[in-house]
Amino acid sequence: MALLQISEPGQGPDPHQSRHAIGIDLGTTHSLVAAIRHGIPECLPDAQGRVILPSAVRYMGGGRREIGDAALASQPDDAENTVVSAKRFMGRMLADLRGHGKLPYRFTDVSGMVGIATREGVKTPVEVSAEILATLRQRAEDTFDDDLYGAVITVPAYFDDAQRQATKDAAKLAGLNVLRLINEPTAAAIAYGLDQGVEGLYAVYDLGGGTFDISLLRLARGVFEVVATGGDSALGGDDYDQRLAAWLLERAGLPVLEALAPRERRHVQTEARRVKERLSDAGQVTARVDVGGRVHEIEVARADFEAATAELTATTLRLLKRVLRDAKVGADEVQGVVMVGGSTRMPVVRAEIAGLFGRPPLTDLNPDEVVALGAAIQANALAGNAASGELLLLDVTPLSLGLETMGGLVERIIERNTTIPAAKAQDFTTFKDGQTAMAVHVVQGERELVADCRSLARFELRGIPPMVAGAARIRVTFQVDADGLLSVSARELGSGVEASIVVKPSYGLSDEQVASMLKEGFATAEEDMARRSLREAQVEAERMILATESALAADGDLLEPGEREAIEALLARTRTTAAEAGAPRTIEDAVEALAAGTESFAAARMNRGIRAALAGRNVNEL
Amino acid sequence: MDEGLTLAASDFALFGLPERFALDVDALDTKWKSLQAAAHPDRHATETAAAQRVAMQWAVRINEAYRRLKNPLARAAYLCHLHGSDVGAEDNTAMPAAFLMQQMHWRESLAEAPDLAAVDALADEVSASRRETLGTLARQIDETDPVDWRAVAATVRGLMFVDRFLADVDRRIEALHD
Repeated sequence: MALLQISEPGQGPDPHQSRHAIGIDLGTTHSLVAAIRHGIPECLPDAQGRVILPSAVRYMGGGRREIGDAALASQPDDAENTVVSAKRFMGRMLADLRGHGKLPYRFTDVSGMVGIATREGVKTPVEVSAEILATLRQRAEDTFDDDLYGAVITVPAYFDDAQRQATKDAAKLAGLNVLRLINEPTAAAIAYGLDQGVEGLYAVYDLGGGTFDISLLRLARGVFEVVATGGDSALGGDDYDQRLAAWLLERAGLPVLEALAPRERRHVQTEARRVKERLSDAGQVTARVDVGGRVHEIEVARADFEAATAELTATTLRLLKRVLRDAKVGADEVQGVVMVGGSTRMPVVRAEIAGLFGRPPLTDLNPDEVVALGAAIQANALAGNAASGELLLLDVTPLSLGLETMGGLVERIIERNTTIPAAKAQDFTTFKDGQTAMAVHVVQGERELVADCRSLARFELRGIPPMVAGAARIRVTFQVDADGLLSVSARELGSGVEASIVVKPSYGLSDEQVASMLKEGFATAEEDMARRSLREAQVEAERMILATESALAADGDLLEPGEREAIEALLARTRTTAAEAGAPRTIEDAVEALAAGTESFAAARMNRGIRAALAGRNVNEL
Repeated sequence: MDEGLTLAASDFALFGLPERFALDVDALDTKWKSLQAAAHPDRHATETAAAQRVAMQWAVRINEAYRRLKNPLARAAYLCHLHGSDVGAEDNTAMPAAFLMQQMHWRESLAEAPDLAAVDALADEVSASRRETLGTLARQIDETDPVDWRAVAATVRGLMFVDRFLADVDRRIEALHD
């Protein structure tokens, strides 16, 4: 699309030439941010040159935080105020968490989501994740020395609506404009350019620090469909360290890991990790274990390590085969296997995968970075920076969405694997004579009984005129947007009574809650909050002005002279307001007026686009 | 502003395909992709809120039409609807006795099937019957003039029973695999 070249006086270089869009891999153990720089995707380092940010936040009191490596370093001494693996708790309630008794945290349920009591009060996983996202946002802003246009954030393919919504809330809290949430395996596939390649089945084998995910994707006509997913949320590289640590102690004739003092235990685990990583390149490594006041030197051959951890690798293969079976496909039908996660550097893992599929896995890209890189590519395309503009990702719903009906049964409205965005309506009726209200219970899952599915939201349609049972016609509409987020509305067709809910699944942070959390402030947001929200309103206004101008340049001929003048006037007002107003609300009002005034123009432009799309194809077919 | 396709256009008009039962699946897929390339919200991520709302509506509409056209049963039911003979209409629910007898026979066979081979054989039989019914639909809709839409609706309802039964067969096959 041709963009009109306009830059705000005093705003420096042409803003749309540098629309900084980032991709963020918000991981369980660590997170990364990437962007397209000089035409290629790369991960952005912090001031110390570190690309990986451990997903750890320590609340130190007095509003001070440690985030990343610093938090991890303090963790042993302040475990209950240092939150790690917050991703495991996203969009979850206390009752959902298995084995939380082993964790050093004091959990409580707050407004329907689990919270962790710290010395600075109860923190939800959304707030903890927001700290990590805000740190990465800051890193990107420092890199570009400019505001960000927006971000693509990755989530596991199996994340349900609650977990996706929680991720989006965290981004909002961190001041990020979310361009799209995309699935982690899809991002990895994009990083390898598979979307440009041969249609067919691809497997993504993701062995991280503490989690193992396997996804099977099908690429057909530009659509990445998640065919099946599986894995183990409690299996990862840390387990390999643990097994090797146990082996080292046994070899040296020392007590078992559990019998050591905490400091020694950590030392042995750290040494095991170092040896493991060295063994990916070397055939033999000498481990030095400082236990009981004496340094023990132990020779470890790669074969020793592989034997000590064989059971773990075998487990991943078993889970992988189960996913293939679920999808009813043979290993030989898979066209490529993408390796994700630092643990896939282990030669034994690569060899086993190659053996199973009869072809070597894709390992050219750094397995720690591949998800963030793919997200950056997609972010760049969404920001309109991609040269070709050809990348279009069509995603599907991972799980079916439905309603509770009489007897605790689920009526599915939108089936799993439906291409999104999607909307579907279904009519229901009343059960009793004179019934004036109806409870709508929205659930997600593949099972027949409500009790076996995940409850997403409940709301009530009230004010139905009294009628005999079965006479009312209540149309319930489900809509899933391009991020996979659901909204549901219900309407009695005779009377027009209406109720709706954006499925802010059972927990639901309201906009007010987000606002109040923002006020409480972030470690990374040291800047004055008022200035920040003003700046954000200005950036949004600039975004909308540019968008409207480029729309006028491209399709202005669709407008009558009077219509065009009206839009120009709104544009001028938005521009003046953005430059002069001191209150974000005033700017937002002007932007809203601009949006409302361009509604029918937008519809006419889309119409032209649709007809061009059809006509173009017809010409090609002749 | 000039006129063009609207969200209210029929699925066939939206995809520029002839209004009939026989379908060029490749053409459908190709058009779906090019329509989404124009309409999908990702293509309008840098535009105004108004444009993004319109994009969402169109993308939803295109996916809906695509899903309906792609599935032969949904497509036939949609053609009935376009011609004022809704498949779900309540005066339309009676099924012929012979059809019901066959359904009962199939259900019994499924309940009594001793092993996977027997269920597989039943699945083959029902699938063959389904293909035959699709052939009937093609003749009734594309090769009859004028089309008896009430008769088409009856055939579609029969096909719905068959599809539901095939889903039960699939579930049974899955259970036997586990």
